[in-house]
Amino acid sequence: MSPLPPAPSKFAVAARQALADTGRRHNLSRAMAALRRRRAAATAEAPDWERLRRAGRAVRDRALLSLDTQLETLEQAVTDAGGTVHWAVTGAEAARIVIDLVRAGGQTEVIKAPAPVLGEIGLERALERAGIAAVHTGLGELVLHLAGEDHPAHFLLPAIHRDRAEIHRLLVRRLPGVPEELGTDPAELADAVRAQTRERLLSARIAVIGPAFAVAETGTLVLPEGDGGGRVCLTVPETLICVLGIDQVVPSWRDLEVVLQLLPRAAAGERMSPYVSTWTGVSEHDGPARMHLVLLDNGRTAMLADRVGRSALRCIRCAACLPVCPVYERTGGAAYAAAGGGELSGPIGAVWTPQTRGVDGAAEASLPFASTLCGACGDVCPVEIDIPGVLVHLRGKVVQARRSLPVPPPEMVLMRTLAWAMSDRRRYESTLRRGVRWARLLARDGRIQRLPGLLGKWTEARDLPAPPRDPFRFRWRRR
Amino acid sequence: MRVALFVACFNDALFPRTGEAVAALLTRLGCRVSFTAEQTCCGQMHWATGYHREAAALARRLTGLFDDPRQVVVTPSASCASTIRDAYPRIARAAGDEALARAAAALTVYELTEFLVDVLGTVDVGAYFPHRVAYHPTCHSLRALQLGDRPLRLLRAVRGLELAELPAAEECCGFGGTFAMKNPDVSVAMVADKVRHIRHSAAEVVCAVDNSCLTHIGGALSRLRSGVRTMHLAEILAATEHTS
Repeated sequence: MSPLPPAPSKFAVAARQALADTGRRHNLSRAMAALRRRRAAATAEAPDWERLRRAGRAVRDRALLSLDTQLETLEQAVTDAGGTVHWAVTGAEAARIVIDLVRAGGQTEVIKAPAPVLGEIGLERALERAGIAAVHTGLGELVLHLAGEDHPAHFLLPAIHRDRAEIHRLLVRRLPGVPEELGTDPAELADAVRAQTRERLLSARIAVIGPAFAVAETGTLVLPEGDGGGRVCLTVPETLICVLGIDQVVPSWRDLEVVLQLLPRAAAGERMSPYVSTWTGVSEHDGPARMHLVLLDNGRTAMLADRVGRSALRCIRCAACLPVCPVYERTGGAAYAAAGGGELSGPIGAVWTPQTRGVDGAAEASLPFASTLCGACGDVCPVEIDIPGVLVHLRGKVVQARRSLPVPPPEMVLMRTLAWAMSDRRRYESTLRRGVRWARLLARDGRIQRLPGLLGKWTEARDLPAPPRDPFRFRWRRR
Repeated sequence: MRVALFVACFNDALFPRTGEAVAALLTRLGCRVSFTAEQTCCGQMHWATGYHREAAALARRLTGLFDDPRQVVVTPSASCASTIRDAYPRIARAAGDEALARAAAALTVYELTEFLVDVLGTVDVGAYFPHRVAYHPTCHSLRALQLGDRPLRLLRAVRGLELAELPAAEECCGFGGTFAMKNPDVSVAMVADKVRHIRHSAAEVVCAVDNSCLTHIGGALSRLRSGVRTMHLAEILAATEHTS
């Protein structure tokens, strides 16, 4: 593995590679169809789902618009409960704080529960570089690690793109101590992993987790999860290190009640998360004796300053927008990651990353365009983030940044020329006449099979009908 | 009723028959249809592609053309209708243009099926179209305008028409305006699935209320020589025993 991640490529290029991976597409498509069905059923049976969504939006907005005081309240409450609070401006800084804490504890191994925020700060690689071994509590993360993949296919289900046979092969070949005769039954696979990691989990001294929320008023960490990995982290080790995005603060337990109802149904079609752990500070002879909370900005305050874009900060990381996104379903997380996105993929990644990292890079600038604006994401978002609206807003930012280029790109020339033509009837009509004549010259038997320049991308795989000789307006005039 | 037709530039150039069908249909239903040749483009493509300044100029132009309160504006393009309804207030806000915001708020534009079902209160428009037809609910008609079953109710009332069920109908066809050129591979992967579902429906004709999406779907069907044609819903509704 190279020490530095590869330079981000544009989404379209990354997507082309991803589309060619037939196995991943097949697995992802099946898994996403199942998730769609489960989410739809779980939200349909909730009698007040739409009201809950509105409440969720209000609760999140309230937290975000008073974020400065919420964070101070949280810091005070965590400190009062015996924890230590650290502030990190960037992901790299957060990773450095975690590593320094592990080293200060004299450890070379940590247990790590999966969380999008830990992926965001690049903890896996940072630990590796620091010579610290990570024991994964999550099967998906372990599979990703064994496969040597840097980016999850999905930020809650990291290895959802791999089928049973692939996971079986990875475990048998790469996880020491797994017997050759292991079966491919999911329970057997999980048992094999459990047998290999249980001892290390139980002897761990330090755990690193990324809670879903922190309740400001009491300094409580909240971990809803599908397996008990996070709960192990909250009970077994001596030291607990938590990384939390500053957006993940929830002012009160009343607010938590709302988001905890929304999250499981939106995320997995579950009425309740199988495990919900809440943990407030250290206590003697029970669980970790030391707790560190790393509060991460990493572009979030910049996002908060954008009146339109800030709605993305409402995100509760349910990933409901992923399975309904036709672009994500066909490309998967790796394509978004290659386009400069970190952990977050799908529609939320396309609105999050360009805001936290800026749109100066070609890769980040390509993400807001990685959507047909079909609107399915906005319709399912449990906190009513208008993702298509934010995408269009960000497209505006990308174009605005390009307006100052010394030589305008071809697309800008075309769009400006069209706008100029459209703003005057005579110019529009002459453009129409010329366009029709030109298009008809390219047509054979009523269809155009090859177009030049930017439009050539259309005719790579699609025809265009030859326009009739007379546009509507001229026919109308002649009636 | 006086109806001002907003045909949409895309239809003006590529699908004049859709505009003619709307005019013929509404005239048959007793409306007086007018068309102002000053109309050009609503600005949808510019707005959705990030050219917000240009979109604002086009929005100002369009709102100025259709400000006669004695007429209702009808368009056969769901995406243009949703641009005027949903995007114009945003375009005005982004441009800090309060006059545009007021003009947009005062302007009511009906998508064709909304006008037929909600304003004229009819689902049987006297059409005859003896073919097996699938209906693709385009994203803007489905999720932005929330047309619901209006188009299907209109289709069910067409004599001779056999309605084919389209699997995964609500999934986007992959057009997305400039998306089809900026992300051509994903776009084609999406339309490939749409084509598969259309073939599965055994329809002869696929219809919708957006010719832009139909151009995408039809472009793929045509390239594959699928033997399925695309047609705007208005053209089906305009067809009678005398025209076919």
